[in-house]
Amino acid sequence: MFRRALKWGFVLAFISFSTNSMAAGPLKHEAQDWSWQGVFGTYDRAQLQRGLQVYKEVCSGCHALKYVAFRNLTDLGYSKEGIRAFAKTFDVKNSEPNEEGESFTRPGRVTDYFPSPFPNEQAARASNNGAYPPNLSLMVEARPHGADYLYALLTGYKDPPKGMKIGEGMNYNSAYPGHQIAMSAPLDDGAVEYTDGTKATVEQMATDVTAFLAWTAEPNLEERKSMGIKVMLFLFAFLAILIAMKRRTWADVH
Amino acid sequence: MEKKQFDNKLVQWVDHRLPVFSYMNAEYNEFPMPKNLNYFWNFGALATVVLVTMIVTGILLAMQYTPHTTLAFGSIERIMRDVNYGWLIRYIHANGASMFFIVVYIHIFRGLYYGSYKAPRELLWMLGVVILLLMMATAFMGYVLPWGQMSYWGAQVITDFFTAIPIIGDPLTEWLRGDFVIDNATLNRFFSLHYLLPFVIVGVVALHVIALHVHGSNNPDGIDIKEPQDTIPFNPYFTAKDSVGLGVFLIIFAFFVFFAPNYLGHPDNYIEANPLATPAHIVPEWYFLPFYAILRSITFDIFFLEAKLLGVIAMGAAVMILLIVPWLDTSKVRSARYRPIYRIFFWVLLVDCVILGIVGVKSPSDLVFSGISWFDYKTLGLAGTIYYFGHFLFLMPVLGFIETPKPLPTSISKPVISLPSGGGSAPIGAAAAKKEKA
Repeated sequence: MFRRALKWGFVLAFISFSTNSMAAGPLKHEAQDWSWQGVFGTYDRAQLQRGLQVYKEVCSGCHALKYVAFRNLTDLGYSKEGIRAFAKTFDVKNSEPNEEGESFTRPGRVTDYFPSPFPNEQAARASNNGAYPPNLSLMVEARPHGADYLYALLTGYKDPPKGMKIGEGMNYNSAYPGHQIAMSAPLDDGAVEYTDGTKATVEQMATDVTAFLAWTAEPNLEERKSMGIKVMLFLFAFLAILIAMKRRTWADVH
Repeated sequence: MEKKQFDNKLVQWVDHRLPVFSYMNAEYNEFPMPKNLNYFWNFGALATVVLVTMIVTGILLAMQYTPHTTLAFGSIERIMRDVNYGWLIRYIHANGASMFFIVVYIHIFRGLYYGSYKAPRELLWMLGVVILLLMMATAFMGYVLPWGQMSYWGAQVITDFFTAIPIIGDPLTEWLRGDFVIDNATLNRFFSLHYLLPFVIVGVVALHVIALHVHGSNNPDGIDIKEPQDTIPFNPYFTAKDSVGLGVFLIIFAFFVFFAPNYLGHPDNYIEANPLATPAHIVPEWYFLPFYAILRSITFDIFFLEAKLLGVIAMGAAVMILLIVPWLDTSKVRSARYRPIYRIFFWVLLVDCVILGIVGVKSPSDLVFSGISWFDYKTLGLAGTIYYFGHFLFLMPVLGFIETPKPLPTSISKPVISLPSGGGSAPIGAAAAKKEKA
């Protein structure tokens, strides 16, 4: 029994060793408590709504959110009417030209995706000092330590250590690889006025927008976990039956 | 076999013309199996289950996937967000690849431990190696399809191996890519081949099973079946035993799919491919890491052979060497249970492969222990590579001559050797008795 456990230990150690070290980077970050962590974790709707507000009022000036549609916002607890009104506040370029063959913009509809702030990468670079603000839809999945890293980045704007030379148009950030980032500190205390009265500190806004981006990266997380619990319960019961069946079948083998 | 073994008239009619029912009965119902098989004999059946799972989920994904450089990444996101249970199907497929390799690697090490490759099962073993090669090709091309950063740069690194071949290297690489660089032509052919190869695997698996059923399964004692009491029919005994293994396996599989679906993946693959931005570290999926370490461990030229070419040769040889294992092993005894020295080196080889896997993710110039300046991962990788080949090319042939095997049981059903005095063979008897309970 012990030897068998040892063998399996090897296998699992191999998997975890190789992947842990894969994910490890040179980044400075602390693990935060996120509501969606763990087997039973779910998103905090109020937090996601605050995060959406931060995205819209701060981030969306430069960053796209191209895989998220307005209709998806029902997940955040908004009504269809609310979303319709929200979509109308965006100008969206129609995918088809009008009858004269000219492209035109119109108020957003629920089926539209969040419009990108720049028509193309060149335009984005031209207005951002040569840097390209990435699409944020998958940011939490696309970085090692996802949410923790994002929070550390948003709260990591500090004075550079003595003697460190910061490049032209660059900013010191304790979490960013290389510690020089083109994006200037996006959040200041009170940068947004939360509709639910929460005090908009930098930490609060960083937490909220990170949670929102965790949802945009994996909107099906809650469905996945709740299905997973049911599947696991079934599989454990099923395994018990299979073990019982095997024992009875093998009872006469000597 | 009796002539009328089926009651149903229609079944009789069909079977008389196309003996599928007799075949299934002979090969999967009555088929005699050694009764002392332990749970390590589950992994062939598990691999079959994963193969079918991969084909079914893969076909479903292909219905929604778009193999074009500008659309592929977005089509995956559409599967994840808008296709009904698309996230589930994709997570099963992505984690299924890892599960496939872990199952097959255990299956291979099972074969190495119990000497399952020895006569008369050499071709069975070699077909297994062919399956492994096909799996590697399929997995690599499948990983390119999402067109993320690791997809693109992984494809860049792997196809670049072919440029190491003298004279024809460059034109060959161009021909394989279908372009001067990795681009839409490459993505399209990879998609086509990724769809094709699994069915080739199914074909080779069929040959693997046919070869298996000629002489039947090897067993933990590594001795031939000698009398009818040694065997029990496949059904219900091993259908039941395989089901237990499957139950445990599904729990592990489901854990990854539902609670850690991206744990075995790389975050960079959630960034769309960008030919202008090279990731800081290009690392392959975990199941290629030991081979990647072997590739990178050769950093010196030998005569006119360049280091790059030697690395590629070493990596290829690391898999290919398995093909000749049946002839490298000179011992007459199959099972490591009765080979006291080989058994130790088996575990050393396994640890060596784990070490090579760790070397595969590290930067070659990083130090293994921060205090020792000459001992970097490149050195560890080279040592691991030399040991890997040393195991097969030196230890395996030599051990057969110098090792004194323990006495073998006379048959599976009489594991205790009946010596007049008794005492001497007690450990073997005790071990066998314990296994029978399992």
